[in-house]
Amino acid sequence: MANVISDETIEYVGILAKLELSGEEKEQAKKDMGRMLDYIDKLGELDTADVEPMSHAFSVQNVFREDIVTNGDIRDEILSNAPGEKNGMFTVPRTFD
Amino acid sequence: MDILKWTATELAAKIKNKEVTVMEAAQAVLDSIEKKERHYNCYITVDNEGIMKRAEDIQRRIDSGELTGRLAGVPVAIKDNMCTQGMLTTCASRMLGNFIPVFSSEAVLNLEKEGALIIGKTNMDEFAMGSTTETSAYGETKNPWDESRVPGGSSGGSAAAVAAQECFFALGSDTGGSIRQPASYCGVVGMKPTYGTVSRYGLIAYGSSLDQIGPISKDVTDCAAILEVLASHDKKDSTSIFRNDTDFTSALIEDVQGMRIGIPKDYLGEGLDAEVKEAVLRAAQVLKEKGAVVEEFDLSLVEYAIPAYYTIAAAEASSNLERFDGIKYGYRTRDYEGLHNMYKKSRSEGFGAEVKRRIMLGSFVLSSGYYDAYYLKALKVKALIKKAFDEAFSRYDLILGPVAPTTAPRLGESLADPIKMYLGDIYTISVNLAGLPAMSVPCGKDSQGLPIGLQLIGNCFQEKKIIQAAYTYEKARGVFGTPTAEKEKV
Amino acid sequence: MAKQYETVIGLEVHVELSTKTKIFCGCSTAFGGAPNTHTCPVCTGMPGSLPVLNKQVLEYAMAVGLATDCAITRYCKFDRKNYFYPDNPQNYQISQLYLPICKNGKVEIETAEGKKTVGIHEIHMEEDAGKLIHDEWEDCSLVDYNRSGVPLIEIVSEPDMRSAEEVIAYLEKLRMILQYLGVSDCKLQEGSMRADVNLSVREAGTEKFGTRTEMKNLNSFRSIKRAIEGERERQIELLEAGREVLQETRRWDDNKEESYAMRSKEDAQDYRYFPDPDLVPIVVSDEWIDEIRSRQPELRSEKMERYKREYDIPDYDIDIITGSKHMADIFEATVAISGQPKKAANWLMVETLRLLKENDMEPEDIRFSPENLAKLIKLTDEKVINSSVAKEVFEVMFDRNINPQVYIEEKGLKTVNDQNALRKTVEEVIEANPRSVEDYLNGKEKAIGFLVGQTMKAMQGKADPGMVNEILKLMLRNK
Ligand SMILES: [Mg+2]
Ligand SMILES: [Zn+2]
Repeated sequence: MANVISDETIEYVGILAKLELSGEEKEQAKKDMGRMLDYIDKLGELDTADVEPMSHAFSVQNVFREDIVTNGDIRDEILSNAPGEKNGMFTVPRTFD
Repeated sequence: MDILKWTATELAAKIKNKEVTVMEAAQAVLDSIEKKERHYNCYITVDNEGIMKRAEDIQRRIDSGELTGRLAGVPVAIKDNMCTQGMLTTCASRMLGNFIPVFSSEAVLNLEKEGALIIGKTNMDEFAMGSTTETSAYGETKNPWDESRVPGGSSGGSAAAVAAQECFFALGSDTGGSIRQPASYCGVVGMKPTYGTVSRYGLIAYGSSLDQIGPISKDVTDCAAILEVLASHDKKDSTSIFRNDTDFTSALIEDVQGMRIGIPKDYLGEGLDAEVKEAVLRAAQVLKEKGAVVEEFDLSLVEYAIPAYYTIAAAEASSNLERFDGIKYGYRTRDYEGLHNMYKKSRSEGFGAEVKRRIMLGSFVLSSGYYDAYYLKALKVKALIKKAFDEAFSRYDLILGPVAPTTAPRLGESLADPIKMYLGDIYTISVNLAGLPAMSVPCGKDSQGLPIGLQLIGNCFQEKKIIQAAYTYEKARGVFGTPTAEKEKV
Repeated sequence: MAKQYETVIGLEVHVELSTKTKIFCGCSTAFGGAPNTHTCPVCTGMPGSLPVLNKQVLEYAMAVGLATDCAITRYCKFDRKNYFYPDNPQNYQISQLYLPICKNGKVEIETAEGKKTVGIHEIHMEEDAGKLIHDEWEDCSLVDYNRSGVPLIEIVSEPDMRSAEEVIAYLEKLRMILQYLGVSDCKLQEGSMRADVNLSVREAGTEKFGTRTEMKNLNSFRSIKRAIEGERERQIELLEAGREVLQETRRWDDNKEESYAMRSKEDAQDYRYFPDPDLVPIVVSDEWIDEIRSRQPELRSEKMERYKREYDIPDYDIDIITGSKHMADIFEATVAISGQPKKAANWLMVETLRLLKENDMEPEDIRFSPENLAKLIKLTDEKVINSSVAKEVFEVMFDRNINPQVYIEEKGLKTVNDQNALRKTVEEVIEANPRSVEDYLNGKEKAIGFLVGQTMKAMQGKADPGMVNEILKLMLRNK
């Protein structure tokens, strides 16, 4: 396997992705990611120096909305799926900002 | 009178002619579900309580002349990654085990406007990540042709429900083949339209630049009729495209005279099961006999589609799935210490292994120092693949090939080796990268009686050519049959 | 000899645009709604929701770009900035990294050493975050998404500033431009204009920049000044002690007047930017730019020139009045109705400024309408009220924007022009003040002032002092 994923990398990606893997999952993830990256490395065979990256397959552009208020108050619906709610707001663990 | 045997358009016509009521159709479907669900597990949610009342309402509106559409009164199943207002929408994930959307997807609204009767929500791979419907948190769906086999995925519940006659048609979503491949495994018709044809508003995103909703149906006629209803220009979706050529049923013409059809040699090479190859080539021969010009050609870049696809899809997915954090909706872990621990525990407990695998990969390929090498590189390869298709379509009206290298694998076989599973998407994935329309039509069965799908790929906005060729082929092929009919024969 | 250090400062200024709706959904941007009442599936990150760009946001951003000499990006995109925080419902912010709407601009500021140019690196569009409120009673925080998705532009300067004074001059200049364009009200206190300060120090004369820190949460000119001074000191102390300045984000604590590092293992600061696949590219044509340019309102310097040409008022007044777009608007509208530029300017320069100061208000907070000010000028001109009554009325007008016409009728403040009534009062005052009368008659001219005052008092101020003076003189002559 050309791509060897370190413990640090898995730890770091876990922080970015907000995933906490068990020891076993971590080992599996290291293996999986290494294999996938080896496989993706195949793209390196292609010379893409002069190629523009393509986000969308064809060009739709300039899609806008007008600056007109269309939404009313649907707070109860917005909060209806919240795991925690208080005073019309979502609750989260105490956060200092 | 065996209501379940009718196609969606046949049923709608009979409802219109008062040969049958919407309630009778609904009851037939509920009975079928009652009988078969414990075998196949096609559905996550069936609206047992609400369906009859809604059926009566639709019947009333048909009687009053308010509903005159081609699908009025027809029971439909919706893949569980499309929001349905007031109806549980889980994405087959523990993460959304209690999520009741406050709005419906545009595609669902379009069906409802037409008078279609929504029965429930079908099983799928969790967040549409998978090719077998085995990654669902609600148990796997089984292939109605052979219960030891997968139905394909990720829209496996939808395809199986159509095949098992647990609905008259279904909606699926296709990010890398997720409509066409299960349609192929289940012996039904499935179509992924040109990107932007069906609004993505309300579709819970996997890979936003690749996702597209489409029909899964009993035959090509239904497929065209459903797509006609689904297609719309939606101002809520910036990637939705205005088209004035969405009268897809006008393409239900039995004629391929002079149509130029190319078969990529790369689609017939190593890895393709011999029986699948034979069935696909036989179908090509049928079209040739009907007057099409069929030849093989080099598409090129085929082997680069999968790595490019998995890079792009994983990257987009890693970002799209960030919103599932246990704050606004969905699963929140019971015990946690502080914010970040709550995030991590909720997400780690809420998501399944395959979803986590792709989120990890996607986060990595976007992370500092790797973006150019992986993500940007994949976007460039995507541009090259698109160019290869542009060249092909300068010579051919359609591209023909298999949908999948094999027929439906056995349950449990695929997940053990994810990369092998990803390789199974080789014929479907580049279509999503290039934004093209493509259809899977049943074209035979292997020696074990498992369905084989024929894939027809068109250039952007050329759904009608696909429909015309598929319709012509289907007429020539004759009745394909259903697993129920097969079992009754025995 | 102690080393000399130079401070190098660049600014990231976030400005809330004054659109009616949010950047990607049709929710209102109005302030002050109950929590989460200005929200929808899009701005709360509901699964399946999708963003659509508010055209006004783009046009405002372009207008700012044109007013700051930027190049407008002809092919521009939005990117996702990924980070987890509860005020950010999708856990990514839609922003611009790779192709921001404006690049390479500049603004000119006045410094103690004269004019100076501050380069604008770029201006990009992005969405604002929601608000976190800390629950005092329970161990949790609460999230309100009313501000989530409010449009922002982020104006990123080059590291061209060298002192707190320059920074403040730059911010004042930006604020003026933005207010004149009408794209934002730019209130630091309310957070509609926020500045992050990037600061490094280097030994005077060296070319190379030192390591910079970024300071966040600065919401007044005062805290910006303190933070700059404090951070400069901190960095110099580190360097003098032979230690390194760490590249980090620091948060300013306004109460303690010091900054602290926002370091956490969980904030990796790796935002994994990539083009947002839910939004499509923006292509800007020459015609579109021309159109926006042609709609561009008069900016301050142009306005100052025009005032000089059109109105006979002092340069000092012009400077003060145009120093606030809102005040200039009131001035111009008042002049348009009354035709009295000098008098309009006087009301603004004297009484208005006094009351603003007394009430600790900004010119943007002026509430009286030009119509009412013009009426007040007319009422004084026509001597319907005298100037001291006018001042009283103005105070009420400043407070509540009353219609002066109606107000003086109601309160009976009209000047009494009835000669007989005046004469009667004057007679009474003469009777009651024989000493002053005698003083006056003995040649003490000033004594008449006291008698005028007494008469005005007896008339409850509702007389024309000139007329009182005349009548007094006439009647005393006859004594
Ligand atoms: Mg920013
Ligand atoms: Zn909103």
